[in-house]
Amino acid sequence: MNNQTKDSLSDERGGVDDITPVFSTGVGIDVATIIQISKSKDEPEWMLKLRLKAYQVYLEKEMPDYGPDLSGIDLSQIKYFQRATDRIARTWEEVPDEIKTTFERIGVPEAERQYLAGSAAQYESEAVYSNLKRDLEDQGIIFMDTDSALKKHPELVKEYFGTLVTMEDNKFAALNTAVWSGGTFLYVPKNVHADVPIQSYFRINAGRTGQFERTLIIVEEGASVNYVEGCTAPNYSEDSLHAAVVEVFVKKDGYCRYTTIQNWSTNVYSLETKRAQAAKNATMEWVDGNLGSKVTMKYPSIYLVGEGATGSMLSIAAAGANMHQDTGAKMIHMAPRTHSTIVSKSICHNGGRADYRGLIKYTKEAVKAKSHIECDTILMDNNSASDTFPINDIETSDGTIEHEAHVSKISEGQLYYLKSRGLDESTASQLIIMGFLEPFTKQLPMEYAVELDRLIKFQMEGSIG
Amino acid sequence: MAKLVIKNLRVAVAGDLILNGVDLEINDGEIHALMGPNGTGKSTLSETIMGNPRYQICDGQIILNDMDITELMVDERARAGIFLAMQYPTEVAGISNADFIHAALNAQNDGKSVPVLPFLKELEEKMSFLEIAEDYADRGLNADFSGGEKKRNEILQMMMLKPKLAILDEIDSGLDIDALKIVAKGINAMRGRNFSCLMVTHYQRLLNYVIPDVVHVMMDGKIIKTGGAELAKQLEKTGYGNLN
Repeated sequence: MNNQTKDSLSDERGGVDDITPVFSTGVGIDVATIIQISKSKDEPEWMLKLRLKAYQVYLEKEMPDYGPDLSGIDLSQIKYFQRATDRIARTWEEVPDEIKTTFERIGVPEAERQYLAGSAAQYESEAVYSNLKRDLEDQGIIFMDTDSALKKHPELVKEYFGTLVTMEDNKFAALNTAVWSGGTFLYVPKNVHADVPIQSYFRINAGRTGQFERTLIIVEEGASVNYVEGCTAPNYSEDSLHAAVVEVFVKKDGYCRYTTIQNWSTNVYSLETKRAQAAKNATMEWVDGNLGSKVTMKYPSIYLVGEGATGSMLSIAAAGANMHQDTGAKMIHMAPRTHSTIVSKSICHNGGRADYRGLIKYTKEAVKAKSHIECDTILMDNNSASDTFPINDIETSDGTIEHEAHVSKISEGQLYYLKSRGLDESTASQLIIMGFLEPFTKQLPMEYAVELDRLIKFQMEGSIG
Repeated sequence: MAKLVIKNLRVAVAGDLILNGVDLEINDGEIHALMGPNGTGKSTLSETIMGNPRYQICDGQIILNDMDITELMVDERARAGIFLAMQYPTEVAGISNADFIHAALNAQNDGKSVPVLPFLKELEEKMSFLEIAEDYADRGLNADFSGGEKKRNEILQMMMLKPKLAILDEIDSGLDIDALKIVAKGINAMRGRNFSCLMVTHYQRLLNYVIPDVVHVMMDGKIIKTGGAELAKQLEKTGYGNLN
C-alpha cells in the first residue's frame, strides 16, 4: 500500500482525532494494574477476584499453536486500560466535539437518525456515548455498556458472565476477563421483540491501545433481537490488539441475529472469542464481515443445546496486502434435530491471505442433526492465497453434513460478458465482486450495505484493472 | 449511423486458423444475415468483431464508421457502439439485471450516471414490450434464466443500450415459436437508419420474421456467396451442399 492510499484510507475511516485520555494505566499489565482498573470502576469484589484469577490463567496459557503468525504482538507494550472521558454521555449534545466529529465522519449520527433504536458507541476502552430510546426502555429491554450493567444489574451480569466463554477457554479469553472494559450489555425480556436493529460503533484511536470489550446478550424465552455493530478504525502506525469476548444466550423459542462489520486498520491484531448458546427451538445467527486488520482470528461458535435449535453463520473476509484473515465457525450440536448452516465467502487481493477454519461436532445426543457448509473464495492474483481447514467430529450415525468449497479467480467469461457491454475491466471486476458478496450484503441494514460497498470498492482499487 | 467494413480478416483460435480472409460490408440501417454449416467460422466472426481476446487477429482490418477498431479492447468497442448478443449469455449471480443494465448505460455515458427514474421507466416499458416479467429486473443477471429467457434478456439489453451495430449470434437457437416472434419484434423495433445488424443463424425460420436486406453464406472461414432475402429461401430448399 502506498502512502497516498494510506492517507485516503485513514480519511475514509474518519481520521485520527487528537483525544487525550483522562485516565490510563500506562503500558503493560500486572496484578497492580488489574486492581487499579477494578478500583477505578468501583467494581464489586467478585469481579476483581474473577479478574485476578483470569490473569493467572492468562499467564499460564500458551499462545495459539495454529493459524496466523502472532509473533508481532508485544503484550508488554500494550495499554490495557484507557478512559476517553469521565462519564457516559446521555445525549448527543453532551458528547465531546472531537469525538462527535469523528463519528460524524464515519456516519454515526445519520445511522442513528434512520435506524437506531439505541446506541452505545465504544470509544477507547469505554462507552462515551450511550443513548437509550424510550420505547426500548418501556419494553423492559436493558441496553447499556457492560460496565454500567455491572453497577445497575449486578445479579444479571453475575449469572451469565463468563459462563459460556470461560477464562480457561484460551489465552485471549483469559486476558479479556482480566482486563475487560466496555462492551455491550443487552437483555431482552420474555416475548419482547426488539424490531429495529440495535447498533453500536467501536473504534480504536490511540496506538498501543488494546480493546477488551465484553459483550453479553441475553434473549429470554420467545423474545427476539437484531443486534448490529460496526467497527471502523483510523489507520495508525503501531501495532494494536483487539481481544473481545462475546457471549450470547438465546432461550427457548428465542431469536438473535448478531451482525458485525469490522474494518480494523491494518496494524490491528483482532483475536476474538464469540460464542452463543441456543436452547430448544431457538435460532442464533452470526453475520460477520471482516474487512481489515493485520491478523484476525475469529471463529464464532454456537452451542445448539436444545432440541430443534438452529444456528447459522454468514461471513465475508477480505484480505489485502499484509493481511491474514483466519476465520470460520464452530457448530456444536448437542441435542436432537439441531440444524446449522455456515456460508463463508472471502476475497484475497494484493497478496492477502484468507483461511477458513471450522468445526462441526455432533455429540451422541444430537440425533438427526443436519449441517451445511459452503466456503467460496476469489483470488484476485497469484500472490494471494486461501486454505480451508474443516473438522467434523461426529458421534452419531444418522446425521448429515454437506460441505462445498470453491476457490476461483474472477471468471474470464463473466468479465468478457460485462466488458462487452462497455464496462471497463475495473468496474466489471467490482460488479462481479459485489455480486459474489451479495448473499452477505443483502442481510445488512441499508446503511451498512452502502458502507460495505464503498469500503470494498476502495480496498479493491489498484488490485484490479 | 453505422457502417461496418471488414477487410481480408484472418483469425486464429488456439493456433488454428478459423477465418481465412473474410470481406464484409454492412451499410447504415442494413440488416444482414450470416448463414452456413456448423463450424465454418460464423461465431468466430461475431466474437472477433466484438473483440473477444481468445480470438487472435492474424491479418485484416475491422472498420466502424471510418474508424479502425482492429486494435481496440472489447469494452472500447462496446462504447464505440458495437453490441454482441451472445449464443450462451453468461450468468452473474448477485448483480441485478437492472443494476447491470444501468451500469452499462453509465459506462457508455462517459461514466456519468444516467438518471435513475427515466431509466427505470424505459426499462419497464421495454420489458413489457418483450413480455418479460417485472421481477426479472431484480433477479441476478441471467442467473437461473432458461435458455429462451436469456435470449430475450440479450434483446432487452440491446434495446436499452441502442448500439450502432448489433451482432446477434444464433439469437433464435432454443426458442419456441412464441419466443421467436417476441425476439423478432425486438429486432424489428430497432430497425432504422441508426441501427445496423448482423444476424448469425442456421435457419430460415428467424428470417421469416426479420426480413434481411442481405444474406451471406459462409463456408470454411470465408464468405462464399452473397445475395438478397431470396438466397436464404433457396438455401432452405437446396442446402449448402449445392453452392459450390
